[in-house]
Amino acid sequence: MDEQTRRQLKIAAAKIRLGVLEGVYSARSGHPGGSLSAADVLAYLYFREMHIDPQHPKDPDRDRFVLSKGHAAPGLYAALAVRGYFPESELCRLRHVGAMLQGHPDMKGTPGVDMSTGSLGQGVSAAVGMAMAGKMDSKAYRVYALLGDGESEEGQVWEAAMFAGHRKLDNLCLLFDNNGLQIDGPVDQVAGPGPLDEKLWAFGFEVAEVDGHDFDQLELAFDQARRTQGKPFAILLNTVKGKGVSFMEGQAGWHGKAPGEEQYQTAKAELEQALEVLENG
Amino acid sequence: MAEMVKKATRESFGEALTELGAVNPDIVVLVADLADATKVENFGKAYPERFIECGIAEANMVGVAAGLAACGKIPFATSFAMFSAGRAFEQVRNSVGYPHLNVKIIGSHAGISVGEDGATHQCLEDIALMRAIPGMVVINPCDHYEMRAAVQAAVDYPGPVYIRLGRLAVESIHHGDEARDFQLGRGMVLREGTDITLVATGLLVQEAVKAAQSLADKGISAQVIDMHTIKPLDTKLILKAALETGCILTCEEHSTVGGLGEAVASYLSEACPTPVHKLGVEDRFGHSGPALELLEEFGLTATAIEARVREILKK
Repeated sequence: MDEQTRRQLKIAAAKIRLGVLEGVYSARSGHPGGSLSAADVLAYLYFREMHIDPQHPKDPDRDRFVLSKGHAAPGLYAALAVRGYFPESELCRLRHVGAMLQGHPDMKGTPGVDMSTGSLGQGVSAAVGMAMAGKMDSKAYRVYALLGDGESEEGQVWEAAMFAGHRKLDNLCLLFDNNGLQIDGPVDQVAGPGPLDEKLWAFGFEVAEVDGHDFDQLELAFDQARRTQGKPFAILLNTVKGKGVSFMEGQAGWHGKAPGEEQYQTAKAELEQALEVLENG
Repeated sequence: MAEMVKKATRESFGEALTELGAVNPDIVVLVADLADATKVENFGKAYPERFIECGIAEANMVGVAAGLAACGKIPFATSFAMFSAGRAFEQVRNSVGYPHLNVKIIGSHAGISVGEDGATHQCLEDIALMRAIPGMVVINPCDHYEMRAAVQAAVDYPGPVYIRLGRLAVESIHHGDEARDFQLGRGMVLREGTDITLVATGLLVQEAVKAAQSLADKGISAQVIDMHTIKPLDTKLILKAALETGCILTCEEHSTVGGLGEAVASYLSEACPTPVHKLGVEDRFGHSGPALELLEEFGLTATAIEARVREILKK
C-alpha cells in the first residue's frame, strides 16, 4: 500500500471516529466502544475494498455489507455519511424521534444499509443468504459481515458458519471485531467463545488474523480473502475497544454509554487533533 | 366445477409451489431436513438449483431466506410450524418482519392433528406468534383448492406471509372456480344463517360446515365463514356477521390464546360489542395419540361445534 492510500484511509477512519462521537453524544446513548474498534475496518471496506456507489445504493451488482453487530450502528452510519450516502448532519439526529438513523440499522429507511440488524447472530445468516443469491445468479459481488467476538457466543453464528462452509461460499467474508470485551466483562471470561480460528477452520473457513487497526495488514487479509476459492473466508481483527479515544480504550464500560459534555469535549479534541495531524502533517 | 379432492393441505402446497416454480424463477425453497414432510421434495427435484437444504437449523434458515429476499428472491422457508414460527420466532420478527422482506414462512404440521408425535411438535401458538408481527400476513387455508389459491396469492404479495399447513388429509369444500375468488384478507361466507355465525379457519372450516348442516336439521340457522386469512382480518365481514346474527363462535385448531378467536373478539369488543365464544385448544398442551382421536378429545369436531352452539343459544 502506498503512503498516499494509507494516509487517506487513516483520514477516513479518523472522520468515522468523529462521526461516532457526534452520533452517540447527540443521542445521549448508543455504543461507542464497538463502533470505534471497528472504525478502521469500516474505513477500509467503504473506501477501498467494496465495489459500491453511494449514488446507487441499490445496485444489484454492488458488494454487500451486513453489520451483524448492529449496535455498532454509529460506526456504520459515520462510514456511510463520510462516503457520501447521506449528509453527515444526519449523524447529529441519531436515535432521535423521527430521525432516519435508528438505534440499530434499518434497511428500509437508510441508504447504504443492506440489512436490518441488531439482534446478535442474525446478520450472519442474512449475509449467507445474500452470498447464496449471488451464487445462484452467477453474480460477481462479494458479501461482508462484521461480527463481534461477544456475538460469536450466539448459536446462530455457528449454524450460519456451518452452512457457509458446507456450501463453499467463497464470495462471503466474515469479519470478527475481536475487541475482547462485552457488556459483562472480558469475552474470554464471560463465555469463552474462542479459539475462533480453530473453530472457523473446523467449519470450513480459511482464516486470517490481523491487527484490525493496521491498514497494510488489512489489505493483505482482504486480498487473500478475494483470492481464496472454494471456501468462505474469515478475518479475525485484533482490535481495541474504544480505539482512538484515550479514556474509552479497553474499557468495557464504554460498550453502550454516551459521553457527558466534558468527556465529549475531551474526546473531540483528541480525535480532531489526530485528524489535523493526518491532514496537515 | 372441479372434483372433490381429499388431500392434506401440505400436499396441495407442495404441488402448487412446484407449478409456480416453473413460471416464476425467483421462487426459492428452503428446507430444514423436513422436505418430505413439508411436501416440497418435488420442487427440489424440478429445480435443484433453487432448492436449499439448510439442515436442522431453522434460525439460520430464516436468516438465509431474509438475505435471499434482500437480493430479489421469493424464498419459502419451510418447516414444522413449531420450528419455523416457534423456534425461529425472533428471526422471523427481526430479520423478516421488521425489514418487511418478501419471505414466506411455512408452518407445516400445525395443530393437534400432528397426532402421535405429541406436545413438543403440536404447535398451537403459531397464529398468535405470527399475527403479533407488524405487517405479517397470516393465512390458514382449509382445503386443496384454497391452499393452491393461497400459495399464488402469497407469491403475488410483496411482503412477509405466514402459511399454515395441515398434516391430515381433508376433503375439499371449495371448487376450482371458487378458488379464483380467493383474496387475501377476504373471508368467504360458505353458508348464510341468522342465529349464530361460525367463524372458522383451517381444518375446522369443514367441521363448521358439517355442524351447520346438522344444526339446520334441528331448526338452528348458523352462518359459516371461512376465515382463511387471519391477518389482515376481514373486519367488514365480521362486523356484518355480528350485526346479522348477534353472536359469534370462532373455531380453530389453535390455542384460544392469541388466535383467530381473540382476533375476532378484540375487533368486535371495540367496533360492535357482541358475544364471541371461542372453540379451540383451551390453554393447554396436547399429547400423543391418533390425530382423529385427539381432535375428538380436544373438542375440535363438528359434533363439538354443534354441542357448543346449542349450549350458547340455550343461555
